[in-house]
Amino acid sequence: MSQLSEVFNIGLLQNTLRTATPVILAAMGGLLTEQAGIMNIGMDGMILVGAFVAVAFSYLCASAAMGVLMAVLSGILIGIFFAVFVVKLRSDEFIIGMALNTFAAGLTVYLLRSIFGVKGTFSDAAIVSLPTVHIGFLENIPVLGPLLNDNSIFVYITWLLVFLTWLFLYRTPYGFWLRASGEHPESLETAGISAHKMKFIASILCGIFCGFAGAHLSLGYLTMFSEGMSNSRGFIAFACVIFGMANPPKVFLAALLFGFLQALGLRLQSVGVPADITSTIPYLATVLMLIYIVVSTDRKKKNKAKKQLERI
Amino acid sequence: MRCAFFLAKGGKTLQESIVRFDNISMQFPGVLANDKVSFDIKKGEVFALVGENGAGKSTLMNILYGIHEPTDGAVYINGHKVEKFSPKEAIAMGVGMVHQHFMLVPSFTVAQNIVMSKEPRRMGIFYDLKEANRETERLVREYGLEVEPEAKVGEISVGLQQRVEILKTLYRGADILILDEPTAVLTPQETEELFAVIRRIVKEKQMTVIIITHKLYEVMNISDRVGVMRRGELVGVEETKNVDERILASMMVGREVLFDHIEKTGEPGEVKIKADNLYVTDNRGLLAVSGVSLEVKAGEVLGIAAIEGNGQSELIEALTGIRPVQRGSFYICGAKADGMNPGQIRKLGAAHIPEDRVATGVSLKSTITENLIVGKEKLPAFSKYKLHLKQSSIARYAREVAEKFDIRGGGVDIKTEDLSGGNMQKVVVAREFSFDTPVLIVAQPTRGVDIGAIEFIHKQIIDKRNQGCAILLVSADLDEIFRLSDRIITMFEGRVTGEFKSGEIDKMEISYYMTGHRDGEGGENDK
Repeated sequence: MSQLSEVFNIGLLQNTLRTATPVILAAMGGLLTEQAGIMNIGMDGMILVGAFVAVAFSYLCASAAMGVLMAVLSGILIGIFFAVFVVKLRSDEFIIGMALNTFAAGLTVYLLRSIFGVKGTFSDAAIVSLPTVHIGFLENIPVLGPLLNDNSIFVYITWLLVFLTWLFLYRTPYGFWLRASGEHPESLETAGISAHKMKFIASILCGIFCGFAGAHLSLGYLTMFSEGMSNSRGFIAFACVIFGMANPPKVFLAALLFGFLQALGLRLQSVGVPADITSTIPYLATVLMLIYIVVSTDRKKKNKAKKQLERI
Repeated sequence: MRCAFFLAKGGKTLQESIVRFDNISMQFPGVLANDKVSFDIKKGEVFALVGENGAGKSTLMNILYGIHEPTDGAVYINGHKVEKFSPKEAIAMGVGMVHQHFMLVPSFTVAQNIVMSKEPRRMGIFYDLKEANRETERLVREYGLEVEPEAKVGEISVGLQQRVEILKTLYRGADILILDEPTAVLTPQETEELFAVIRRIVKEKQMTVIIITHKLYEVMNISDRVGVMRRGELVGVEETKNVDERILASMMVGREVLFDHIEKTGEPGEVKIKADNLYVTDNRGLLAVSGVSLEVKAGEVLGIAAIEGNGQSELIEALTGIRPVQRGSFYICGAKADGMNPGQIRKLGAAHIPEDRVATGVSLKSTITENLIVGKEKLPAFSKYKLHLKQSSIARYAREVAEKFDIRGGGVDIKTEDLSGGNMQKVVVAREFSFDTPVLIVAQPTRGVDIGAIEFIHKQIIDKRNQGCAILLVSADLDEIFRLSDRIITMFEGRVTGEFKSGEIDKMEISYYMTGHRDGEGGENDK
């Protein structure tokens, strides 16, 4: 019993929010490219570069804001880089995505060694972390108080961004154009709007979101950069995009679910479950989620057919 | 941008040129699509542009709509020379185009499609969705084109989708409307409705309509003048009242080929294809075929007349083993065939010309020879021990077949994707017909094929029939159905709605059955 309460407590929910945030951010970017008809598996690399750039500039400029700003700028550059190959030069998006991931891994390792002269991990007291937010009136409310207080500012920004993404996609003409550029680009072109331009914009926005995600990863709770620290979050984000059918609120929930599972894994470690097993939970869950999607749509189809036959 | 100089008062004056093509040439890689084309289109007329597939009609209209920039020559709209070729520019100059493949986003509503690129806004950046619906209702009232603003475009009929396309151009203030093969997807009744709309907007709104079509009786029906194109060149422009279908046809193909009689001989024999109360679902899991029963005898052609999307495609896929049967059974040459895969059904004696030659009919990247030999590669004539291909006998065979089926385009060793639509279709026909099976299941055998090839393929089909093949034919082209079939059944929403001997019924009458009227029913059907 005591073991159970060690696993399922307020800390689990706090951890959920923390681990989900970078995935939510990347997934918001990923759903934009997905809606624009680009299969983007390069988010992991985008996050990694963002994480490195954020740490580097936070350290060099002694400012977290500078770190975030430069991470976003690097995201814009990578977004343009990705779009030039995928949209303009029409290369295979899968190959470019993979290339981006490999490139990001290599580049960050190289820069880590050549600029900071360290291998593996760079951490320094001079890296300024992101501020946390304390909301006074929540203090006395049980559960919500500890849950919603003292989080990194990015947690709150992320929620806002989910709403803004939805607003953009479903309540502005530009969002409609972006969706049209993915679903039926010719109709957008013949209406006099460049589908390429919308795909470019989607790629750049995705880069910005992934830049945020990276910055949160390296400046949010940890204030350090380590090689490969994106740790496949870009792929998890991609799975969330698919699972949530590229719809912002649904993708948000999918990413929260993932965060919950990862937090659960960490908690289980603390009660003695081997880390090798617990760390597979989120990935196993991702595979199960995707299998569920395929099976359930297939079953829906079959049930529909069966019902129609029964009616005859 | 509209030029006041040309705005005539007092209605229709047929003298002013609203569009002028001046020596237009368009060179695509390997194809000269337009070759020094010059003519005028006059304000307030209905101008029909006819020609075979690949004659350059669509290319010319895409130039007018700014999708292509001509290699040479100039276009004038309302007296202004077009400097920059882009749809945006064309729209600004009053040109609207309804493409053959609709330019609509299926998950958006009717209103959202209509206002796309000129969305009503609030506070500069927000999409005013309600105003979009109101705008649509205003247009509906003004032009009398009934649509439901909030319906999802992917869920409405093709005829309604076309209305949405027309309303889209009207919303953007078009006064020149280009319709690219607008009737290809419509029933004869829907076609009549479309023509009524065209007449109304020309008369009441002084619009100019350019209509691209294959169907000559429609040219006679709707147009004031007609331009004929052949192999990228303009053959001539005539007043419609001065020509007839036969003259136009011979202008199109350069020789008279239309409506030759094809000799049908022999009597039908025993039943070769039998379907018994079949139920089949479509890709979405919805019932597409509901209780279809049919029989085809040796030495006869059974034609299925139906508008696209009424279950005929799913029926064919079920009968060829591509799609599972939910209930009921069918027999090929007397053997129960449901539950079998396509290979097993072929072994029972059925060959199949699929409706989409590019997707399923041929392998585009393979050579003509390879496409012709598929399915026969293990015959002793072509392989040793079913293992080692005899290249020289295969090459000889391919050359013979290519000659027999008149496949042109540069030898049998070129990639199939380099062939024109007509020759590609001949590859499919050649392969399937040379299996010499007792049963042929043929879908859309001449879709997107030029008249010369149509004639050839029709002769081949009737030859097979006369030799005693049982042939099931599905076609969207009613002329084809009437020309080839001994018996015709009509399908609507997955059910058989009528069965006729060919010659007992005409096109107008059969369209009632294709739109849901059944034998013995008189009333209006709402769908």
